[in-house]
Order: sequence, then C-alpha cells, then structure tokens
Amino acid sequence: MPSLEVKIGNLTFKNPVLTASGTFGYGLEYSQFVDLNLLGGVVVKGLSLQPKQGNPPPRIYETACGMINSIGLQNIGFEEFKKEKLPFLKKFNTNIIVNFFGENLEEYIEMARLLDSLQEINALEMNVSCPNKDSEWRRMGLEPELLKKAVKEVRAITKKTLIVKLSPQGDVALMAKICEDEGADAVSLINTIPAMVIDIKTRRSMLGTSTGGLSGPAIKPIALRAVWEASQTIKIPVIGIGGIVTAEDALQFLIVGARAIQVGTANFINPQATVEIIEGIKQFLIEEKIKDVNEIIGSFIQ
Amino acid sequence: MNKLFKSKIITNEAVTEEIYLISLEIPENIETKPGQFCILRLNHRLDPLLGRPFSIFDHVCGEIKFLYRVKGKGTKILSQLKKDELLTVTGPFGKWYPFPQGDFIVIAGGIGLASVYYLIKKFPKKAHLFYGVRNENEILFYEELKELAKHVYISTEKETSYTYRGVVTELFKEKGKSLSLPIYACGPMVMLKELKKIVNEAQPCYVATEERMACGVGACLGCVIETKQGFKRVCTDGPVFEIKELLL
Ligand SMILES: Cc1cc2nc3c(=O)[nH]c(=O)nc-3n(C[C@H](O)[C@H](O)[C@H](O)COP(=O)(O)OP(=O)(O)OC[C@H]3O[C@@H](n4cnc5c(N)ncnc54)[C@H](O)[C@@H]3O)c2cc1C
Ligand SMILES: Cc1cc2nc3c(=O)[nH]c(=O)nc-3n(C[C@H](O)[C@H](O)[C@H](O)COP(=O)(O)O)c2cc1C
Ligand code: FES
Repeated sequence: MPSLEVKIGNLTFKNPVLTASGTFGYGLEYSQFVDLNLLGGVVVKGLSLQPKQGNPPPRIYETACGMINSIGLQNIGFEEFKKEKLPFLKKFNTNIIVNFFGENLEEYIEMARLLDSLQEINALEMNVSCPNKDSEWRRMGLEPELLKKAVKEVRAITKKTLIVKLSPQGDVALMAKICEDEGADAVSLINTIPAMVIDIKTRRSMLGTSTGGLSGPAIKPIALRAVWEASQTIKIPVIGIGGIVTAEDALQFLIVGARAIQVGTANFINPQATVEIIEGIKQFLIEEKIKDVNEIIGSFIQ
Repeated sequence: MNKLFKSKIITNEAVTEEIYLISLEIPENIETKPGQFCILRLNHRLDPLLGRPFSIFDHVCGEIKFLYRVKGKGTKILSQLKKDELLTVTGPFGKWYPFPQGDFIVIAGGIGLASVYYLIKKFPKKAHLFYGVRNENEILFYEELKELAKHVYISTEKETSYTYRGVVTELFKEKGKSLSLPIYACGPMVMLKELKKIVNEAQPCYVATEERMACGVGACLGCVIETKQGFKRVCTDGPVFEIKELLL
C-alpha cells in the first residue's frame, strides 16, 4: 500500500484530503454519508466570537459549472461551537481545523487565543479572504501591510499549526510570502472569487446581496495557477482549494505543489466526494508504482 | 440509514404539457414521511452542477414518485430521462408534516400538490382538500383525490363550467374557514402570504417552503428562510414550518 501521509506544521495528516470551510458544516451534517475517520482533516465553518446571522436570502445561485454564494459567514459563534459541536467532532480520529475570522484585529487575536486553549483543535485556519469587504480588516487579504500585522499578532498568540487562507485576488505570491515571513505554518488557497449574477427582468442581483463568491469546477484553473505561484515562492506548505471534484483534480493540485487539498462545493454534488478522492489518489499511486504521495507533490515539469 | 442510492427509472411521463411524474426504484428499507424531500442528481456531468430537490409525492415499498414542473435547465433534462436510466438520489431529508389526529384541511396551490398528496393518501378520507390551479387541464389526479380525500374543492383562475373561479385562498375563506381543523399547505409564495393573513394564530397551520439548495443536509446555510427566531434552514429545520413562525 502506498503511503498517503503528509505533514503540515507539526501535524501529520493520514492523507492529504480535507474538507473546505463552509461546505461541510461542523462535520455532523455529512457523517451520515462519510466516515470522518477516513479524512485527513475536517475544516469547520468559519467561526467568529459572537454568533453571526449572515446575509438575506436568496444566498446561492447556480452558474455554469459553479455556484455563487452570499452566505455572509453565518455561524453559531465560539461558545456554542465549543459546547455543541466540538464534543461530537473530537470522537473522530482526524485533524480538526477551525476556520475563523473577526470584525477587527482585536477579534482575530481573541479568537486565536480562545481556540488555542482548546486541546481538541489541531490547527487554526485564519480566513483573511472573505469576499465581503465592508471593514478595514476584511481587506487584510488584499493589503500587504494589514496582512503582515495580522499574521504577526495571531502567530504570537497561538502555538497551534496556523494556516492562513488567502484570496485569489491580487498578488498571491506576495501575500503568501508575507504569511511565511510572519511565521504561518501554511497557506491555503483559494477562497471563493467575488462574482455577480443578474436577473434581466428585475435588473437586480439573483442573490440577496449584490455580489457573492464563486466556487466549484469553474474556478479550478484559477486556483491551480494561484497554488503554483505560491508554492514556487514559499517553503511552507500550500493547501490547494478550488473546484476539486475528482481524484484527478486533486492530483493536479499536488503536482503543482499543494501539500494537501480541501474539497468544497464537490460535497454538495456528491456527499461522498472526499472518500472517493482519497481512494482515487491511492489507486493512482498503485497504478503508477509510486510508494509515497510526497513524491508527487511539487513534481510539475515546466 | 443509507441516504444515497442509485435508482433505476421505472417510468417518467408527462401528465400535462409542463408537469411530469417520475417513478424510481429505491431500496425496500428506506422510510419516508409526507413533507420530506429527496435530491435528484440529473446526470454525471458537472452542468447542471447541483442536484434538484423534489418533494416525495408517493412511496410504496421499493418505488418512490416525484411530481415536477419543468421550469429550467435541470427539470428539462430530468423530463428527457428514460425508463431504466440510473439516477443518483439522496434523502429522504427534512422535517415532515406532523401527523394529523383526525380530519384535517389541505390547501394545495398548483405543483404544491406534490408535497401534500402523500399526506392525503396516508390518512384516507380525512382530508378536506382545497386545490387551486390556473386552468382546468392542470387539475391533476382528480379521480384519485376524490377517492382519497373526504372532500375536494377545486378553484381555477380561468372560467370553467364546474369549479370555483378565483384563487384557492378565496375558496378556502368561503368554504373552509369555519372548519376548525389543522391546516397543511403547499404552494407558491403569494399563496402562503395570503394564507398567513387568513388563518388565526390558534389554528395550527403547517406549510412546506422552498429555497434554493446546495447540500440538503444543513451544512452550506444556503437555503435559509426568515422566521421569528432568525434565519432557519429549509432543508433541515424545514421544509415544513408552522406558518406563524415564518416572516413571509
Ligand atoms: C424542499 C423542496 C421541494 C420541492 N419539491 C418540488 C416538487 O415536488 N415538484 C416541483 O416541481 N418542484 C419542487 N421544488 C422546486 C424545484 O426544486 C425547482 O423547480 C427546480 O430545482 C428547478 O430546477 P431547474 O434546473 O429546472 O431550474 P433552474 O432555474 O435552471 O434552476 C437553477 C438553480 O436554482 C435552483 N432552484 C430553482 N428554483 C428552485 C426552487 N424553487 N427551490 C429550490 N431550488 C431551486 C436549482 O436547484 C438550481 O440550483 C422543490 C423545492 C424544494 C426546495
Ligand atoms: C457555501 C459556502 C460557504 C463557505 N464558507 C466559508 C467560510 O466560512 N470560510 C472560508 O474560509 N471559506 C468559506 N467558503 C470557501 C470554501 O472553503 C472554498 O475556499 C471555496 O468554495 C473554493 O473551493 P471549492 O471550489 O472546492 O468549493 C465557502 C464556500 C461555500 C461554497
Ligand atoms: S441546502 Fe445547504 S443548508 Fe440547506
């Protein structure tokens, strides 16, 4: 059997397949379809200090090979997550990664402090790439100086594996380098891409808000490019996200340098996508007589 | 319980120009309740990307039926699928209609019949059905409904010889308001809004709602609807809600 194990920060993942934040709830929702023990890791829905009610409906619209969402980071807040969701998640033998965000830098720091105190959590994924830019700190994914300060301060607060989730907009390699320089253990890319859909009769958006974030197979080529650019520039691991539906998609990300990948929208298409991708990677390695998945990672030939 | 299965199409036939009834083979051990829904994946390609949610119209061991209106790309593809082709089905999902204790009122608007037929069938000769359609040839399964329900009242918006002319909520006001029985309703948003104005808070009124869905399991938070307690998910907190809870 080939080895599928990969390392990120001080963590070992039994395979490089994780779930993407916001597309797998808090794990429980998909446990009727997937044995969570089989996954490399579960990244939970983006969490904030206080519960957040999110944007008005309609919140999703299907596009060609993709979907656009304007959920607006609805979540149950830290306390309820700790009380109601974590006890379920910790029963599984997989890495638990909490995606988090704040309204301002103080909240990012406070979240990192609180999450750091929970033993059951293996890693933090700091979301600096929400497409909704209504405050200075929401723009940190696009502004190098803001990002630098934020990563530095969050790093100082937590010893846990720290992943920074970046936007595909702007200079991805530059932003990834800032994360590395400020002590992040990994970067994950990409988040959804800001996008729009219009109803020509009403002349309004098809969503409750004017814009949303595009995800799914439609964004895969953009994500691959971003992962490649970042992994050429930095030494810390890159986690690839964006339109991964099959094992072949996942392997493409590994080849351009991703150490692990996250499966997002594909969970909606096929609730068993994650386990099928793990199985498909394994089969590929067997067929190609490759003993260790790490041999594939970054094997792109220019 | 296994919630994902490949199902073979038994039949897929037009009942009117726009409305189809599809019948699928499903495993014998699947349990469903009136008001629940399944998500059908329409093909093995990535366009359309998402499955489409449909109410369980009927279910007798090993065979499940959905009644659907051809609306856009997805339902068009569905309508072209043939006998023996395979579909991926996930479900059943969602909360069901609380079971009635005795007689009950059903209000169905158009394709909303898809959600309440199974309830009427499960409790034979108990339903006082108010069924509204646009015109006479959209009255579906009239003979069966007359057999299954205690009373059937039909309204059409266009003039016809033997039915009430107007919207179903008007018909209900005229013929059903004095019955103090629980109400079960499914239909377009305008109908639900009107209904909310008519029913008094003391009368239980359960309605099946719709929103655009991606996951169907409560994970994506895409399908929310506004309620007195804030946003709730149609897929897992609903699709059946008490009308007094909804801010329509
Ligand atoms: C719980 C539930 C039960 C339903 N039951 C039935 C039923 O029994 N019979 C029936 O005819 N219709 C039913 N619908 C509506 C049906 O799902 C839509 O008409 C269908 O998805 C339209 O797909 P389309 O590709 O033809 O249209 P398009 O407009 O091309 O759809 C594009 C996108 O919008 C979504 N969408 C569009 N309209 C709706 C809608 N009203 N609700 C949810 N998603 C929508 C689709 O899933 C897709 O993502 C139900 C909806 C829900 C939420
Ligand atoms: C419905 C939905 C909700 C999401 N919520 C979050 C979130 O809370 N935090 C976050 O960092 N990313 C969130 N994302 C982005 C995904 O994690 C992922 O980066 C993106 O969807 C691209 O991957 P995909 O094409 O595989 O879906 C969300 C995406 C979707 C579709
Ligand atoms: S469809 Fe995803 S939460 Fe309801």
